[in-house]
Amino acid sequence: MTVHSFQQHFDEKIDNDVAIEPRDWMPDDYRKTLIRQISQHAHSEIVGMLPEGNWITRAPSLRRKAVLLAKVQDEGGHGLYLYSAAETLGITRDEMYDQLHTGKAKYSSIFNYPTLTWADMGAIGWLVDGAAIMNQVPLCRTSYGPYARAMVRVCKEESFHQRQGYEIMMALANGTDVQKKLAQDALNRWWWPSIMMFGPPDDNSPNTAQSMRWRIKRFTNDELRQKFIDVTVEQAKLIGLTIPDPDLKWNEERGHYDYGTIDWNEFWDVVKGNGPCNKERLETRKKAWEEGAWVRDAALAYSKKRKARKENKKDNLAA
Amino acid sequence: MNQFINKNLYGDYGDKEQAGGAEGSNHNTAAEWPLWEVFIRSKAGLDHKHVGSLHAADAEMAIENARDVYTRRLEGISIWVVESKYIHASDPATADSMYEPANDKVYRHPTFYNLPDELTHM
Repeated sequence: MTVHSFQQHFDEKIDNDVAIEPRDWMPDDYRKTLIRQISQHAHSEIVGMLPEGNWITRAPSLRRKAVLLAKVQDEGGHGLYLYSAAETLGITRDEMYDQLHTGKAKYSSIFNYPTLTWADMGAIGWLVDGAAIMNQVPLCRTSYGPYARAMVRVCKEESFHQRQGYEIMMALANGTDVQKKLAQDALNRWWWPSIMMFGPPDDNSPNTAQSMRWRIKRFTNDELRQKFIDVTVEQAKLIGLTIPDPDLKWNEERGHYDYGTIDWNEFWDVVKGNGPCNKERLETRKKAWEEGAWVRDAALAYSKKRKARKENKKDNLAA
Repeated sequence: MNQFINKNLYGDYGDKEQAGGAEGSNHNTAAEWPLWEVFIRSKAGLDHKHVGSLHAADAEMAIENARDVYTRRLEGISIWVVESKYIHASDPATADSMYEPANDKVYRHPTFYNLPDELTHM
């Protein structure tokens, strides 16, 4: 590194879409931003297992149960891909868990809403996973190599999640009056939290500009939100459900749907911990971690014992 | 959010240990299962390829976890795991000089040679 300074070299790579890899020099803030984003993303996958886990034992058929189990297992897998990507930046797994459990790190607010009926499994797959895919596809080209590679795997697997959710909604929407009502009710409750998933509007999103500059983010929150709304409105029409937004209207000039005002007070309230399930989710995670401690310790002790036994055998043979 | 960051940790565990442990580490990782790198052969005839990492208490558990984490959709027929601390890596900061010897040897490529178009099967 004689001709260029580290910073210049880094900037050139970013500008030329050359991926940044774990051992490359990077600015401290880039590293911190990535750790924050990737670990929050991982936490979201892990906490995201809880609302759906709630319905595994009550799935209406064996097929639905097998599918839901596979989906929840995928979410766990996605969390693990992402934790290991974050670890390449120099933070330990336990430290990330600790940040989650002490509330220092956040996860996606959407998982602080309750899953009241089976139709919520449909709405989550269709809307929540749909919004996640919208967010995640551009991240397959994010500037940090391990994050981008993790996202490629996540996106490949996520597509079935959305399709199975839509299939549930479709079945309900074509069912009895009660089933149709369940589907519409789930859409009513999940619509607004889903479009909040893209984060605060661009003029109130302090990290967006820097993240775009670093090519961690590829599109702004509002751009992605608009894209999601445009495609989802058509999908709702196809199964005869109504988006719960009286201001929703096609805007010929913009070539996009106009939509009503989002209640950002609700969003910030849930972020701050006052959503319907914040406490319960965090407590469930902590409980799983604490009550699993003996398993982790036992596995480690067993592996040490076996290693020691092997060493002993070797020593005895040598003697 | 204040967090401790250990630079140059990844892919450099061996060096770090020789240098006397992580500098300034204030986080107790003694209870953490070791980190393993996972390599998967997607089908017979292809190389094992690095796919990511995971934590496990021993090699057997690492292979089983790797199956669950990295091959849920028939992505592999063979798994290698190696504890991350045994991976040594070249230093990207010295990449220029490290790979310099290959820079001026274009004649190692077949396209370097200007041969008549009429020449076939070569």
